[in-house]
Amino acid sequence: MIAKLDRATKHFGAVVAVDDVSFEVRPGEIVGLLGANGAGKTTAIRMLLGLADPTSGTVEIFGAPASRDSLRRVGYVPQGLGLYTDLTGRENMTFQAGVFGFEPLEAPGDVAAWWDVTVERMPLGIRRRVAFEVALGHQPDLLVLDEPTSGVGPLGRARLWDTIHAASEAGVGVLVTTHYLDEAEQCDRLIMMSAGRVVAAGRLEDVVAGGTAVTVETEYWQHVSDLLIRSGLRAYVTASGVRIPEGDPDQVERLLVDAGVTAAVGVDRATLDETFVRLSR
Amino acid sequence: MSWGLEHVSVDVDRAPALIDVDATVAPGEVLAIVGGDGAGKTTLARTLVGLLRAKTGVVRRPESTRIGYLPATSGVWPDLTVTENLAFVADVHRMSRQDRASRVHHLLAVTELTAAADRLGADLSGGMRRKLGFAMALLAEPDLIVLDEPSTGVDPVSRADLWALMTAAAVGGAAVVFTTTYLDEAERARSICALEAGRVLASGTLGDIAASVRGEIVDRRSDGSRSWRRGRQWRTWRPDGSIPDGSARIDADLTDLLVAASLAAEEAM
Repeated sequence: MIAKLDRATKHFGAVVAVDDVSFEVRPGEIVGLLGANGAGKTTAIRMLLGLADPTSGTVEIFGAPASRDSLRRVGYVPQGLGLYTDLTGRENMTFQAGVFGFEPLEAPGDVAAWWDVTVERMPLGIRRRVAFEVALGHQPDLLVLDEPTSGVGPLGRARLWDTIHAASEAGVGVLVTTHYLDEAEQCDRLIMMSAGRVVAAGRLEDVVAGGTAVTVETEYWQHVSDLLIRSGLRAYVTASGVRIPEGDPDQVERLLVDAGVTAAVGVDRATLDETFVRLSR
Repeated sequence: MSWGLEHVSVDVDRAPALIDVDATVAPGEVLAIVGGDGAGKTTLARTLVGLLRAKTGVVRRPESTRIGYLPATSGVWPDLTVTENLAFVADVHRMSRQDRASRVHHLLAVTELTAAADRLGADLSGGMRRKLGFAMALLAEPDLIVLDEPSTGVDPVSRADLWALMTAAAVGGAAVVFTTTYLDEAERARSICALEAGRVLASGTLGDIAASVRGEIVDRRSDGSRSWRRGRQWRTWRPDGSIPDGSARIDADLTDLLVAASLAAEEAM
């Protein structure tokens, strides 16, 4: 096992930041740790990295509590990227190589053109790629990434995920923290946290499986959503009509019929955001 | 009457930031502006509300008191309380005493800021500041609402409330424009404008965007740079529209379509 929390709990005074949390990351697996701000993600990761001790339970990387030796096998890319912005990509790599004692690597093809540019002058997508290359330089067995593609355009994001998937296919275990579907859908497994506890875990399909939403396909979406909201339902407008998370299709149908509206009422599986809302209450 | 940009180019610090951009929105509609950092989203929002001047092209907007705007930076006065921030906006828009009280009460409740009503802007968390800025933009029931990354730093539960508020404003007749870097968020809007390096990469409904991408997107990996991953599955853009044996075309979503459109733009350069 690369990383493992077993019934881990962390108190800060009277506040329980992490409450009886268990999960693990295996070699070659990409695990998404999801949660709102304050859900306990950061504390869980700080415990994994040995920056905080659990109040009870066990937290291990590579089969033992974090130590200087085991941390040498971890690559970490924080949201702020942790690069020296007034140094070039090459200089950042050389610095990291000195710290970890490895031969500095050359940049892969599409980053090569930016390798001798200072980080502050790189576009964000390239900057993130460089941060990955630097964090992967010492060939870590565990990669911890905080919202790794935040702020990057569609193609840049696809290329970042290419790098992450390639690392996982080479056997690296990856732990990603995020609260966006664009990132969650790239993970093999998700752990959803709320108020310090794990509220759902499994593949994306499993995590969203517990919830549904009623959909109304209609070109009179303004009228329909107004009607449903006035009836006290939590309805919102989407590209194809109106959506009522956790709604009752019969009730919606009845309201529409009573108002003389004909529209196609269906039931869809919940989105990740809707699942967050349902499980966070 | 619809609002927006027609063939608009804008320079920022003498460098082109928007190049020949079309983006319009009608009353009652929601338009998503999507792209990475540096694509031109904030420039578009600032141009639309009149904070930046177009070098060429036409910008149509209502008079400034009929515009609600949430800047990318919070737009909240740090030395005013939550209530005072809202009162200030109400004064600027000359809202009646009666309107103001019921709107403020409603918006504080749906943004869950009622308990924080007397706190200073400076003492709010990032997510709360974002929600207050959002409430300020919606307060006077403006004709055009422009929200620059309303969901950034806001947790998923609050995000759902903000989306409901935003679409309710459109249902009430406002034209709503919001920017985001997240495609699943953009995909919920009826109309989408994807920006890359200051240009429109693709725009319209999801169907319009699908029709504008040349060729096909298939479900297998192939050699070269035209493949990408969605989880453990592969996608490949086939500009010539051919479908190799063993592959099948997929019903592309916005993510796949914009990756293909970006590849096309990159290859054309």
